[in-house]
Amino acid sequence: MMGKCKLEIINLTKTYNDKNIFDHFSLTLPEKGTVCLYGPSGCGKTTLLNCIAGLEPYDSGVIAGVEKRKIAYLFQENRLLPWISAAENIAAVLRGNEIQNREEARIWMRLVGLEGEEDKLPAQLSGGMKRRVAIARVLAYGGDLFLLDEPFRGLDPESKEQMISLIKQRTNDALKILVTHDKQEAEILADITYILSGPPVKIDKKIERNLQEVM
Amino acid sequence: MKTSITKNKGLFRYKTIRKLFAAVFWLCVWQLIYFAVRQEILIVSPVHVLQKLIALSKESTFWLTAFFSMTRILEGFLLGIFTGSLLAICTCVSSMLYDIFHPVISIIKATPVASFIILALVWIPSAHVPAFTSFLMVTPIVWANVFQGIEKTDENLLQMAAAYRFGTVKTVRRVYIPSIMPYFTAACTTGLGLAWKAGIAAEVLANTPLSVGGQIYNSKIYIETDSLFAWTVVVVAMSVLLEWLMVRFMKTMGQKYNVEQ
Repeated sequence: MMGKCKLEIINLTKTYNDKNIFDHFSLTLPEKGTVCLYGPSGCGKTTLLNCIAGLEPYDSGVIAGVEKRKIAYLFQENRLLPWISAAENIAAVLRGNEIQNREEARIWMRLVGLEGEEDKLPAQLSGGMKRRVAIARVLAYGGDLFLLDEPFRGLDPESKEQMISLIKQRTNDALKILVTHDKQEAEILADITYILSGPPVKIDKKIERNLQEVM
Repeated sequence: MKTSITKNKGLFRYKTIRKLFAAVFWLCVWQLIYFAVRQEILIVSPVHVLQKLIALSKESTFWLTAFFSMTRILEGFLLGIFTGSLLAICTCVSSMLYDIFHPVISIIKATPVASFIILALVWIPSAHVPAFTSFLMVTPIVWANVFQGIEKTDENLLQMAAAYRFGTVKTVRRVYIPSIMPYFTAACTTGLGLAWKAGIAAEVLANTPLSVGGQIYNSKIYIETDSLFAWTVVVVAMSVLLEWLMVRFMKTMGQKYNVEQ
């Protein structure tokens, strides 16, 4: 079983194209719950998620507590493989045998309300449908740490509500870091909200909420 | 208000009929040129070429000649595909290797085929010259296209593959191969045409025994224009047939492995 501990970002420094993205940035996140990063576009939220996921290097500093966690990342863009069907996109991230994966992918398609659309290529789906496939994929992959970059982008209010409820159900024990521009989303989902500005990224405000209220 | 759609109307909406019409049109043009020139040494009629082809096809050497030429050219073509692809992977992985091989490839691309054929005749036995020439023509095209395909692979998809821990094999199968496939198919189609042209030219210059090029050379020596036309038709037919088979094969493989062409 994966070990759970706090996620600590200590003195993170990163420069990109002579632009200071992080200048000794520090942040401590709890073992579980939903942490929302709220801030204007281009302030460095996505870069922070990429650094946590190990997809982008940083100049100095430490990100502790990610080594033992399985990270599931929902990117800002859907990033679906265009040459395989929606269900196959979900199956592609699963570890079982081919038949099991296909079956599981179909279940996930049903859970996100896309029954009957399994064999369609991403290009044949609407923007909202593609987003739901991407959500299904990240949930199917599972993990202890969910990085959710504007997860409900392009969804209609009804689908958004369904997806919020599904994410809450399926990621109960995990730490979720949610990046959003939507205040309402932050209010509904977050246990802690950090209002950020930058670059370089800095915390302007921290809003805490009783964990019991949300879970 | 009346609207009319004039496009694809009537018999010509069928692709096969349109193609057949184009073929008949050019055969008519050929026949008309023949009527205008009326000199068998310069141009022979399509009917005459067909008669010559029928006569040739009754001989076993015709089939052997066609078969051996095809084998030689295919040998060079396949070797070119393998080497070009391997070079593309290596030069994408290492910029040092890119700097080493890039000038060589550029030189090969710019050098006239005839120079290579003459040089190859000096370096290697003449029987291997057609395959070697085809190989030299195909390698740079495949290298350039596959290299471009790898370079243009969507960074976002690669990042997604890394985030979901695809591993090398899965990343290659799920991301790289489908991204490269359209470039690779284009390289193969262009490369096959060039392999035929260069290979037959090499057979002519090397006067390779049991070869289409050799037959074309003999036609020139003995001023048998009908024979020259007939063997040229054979080359075109074999090239078109092989290209069609290759595209079919790639489509089938693409469908089997979810790879776009």
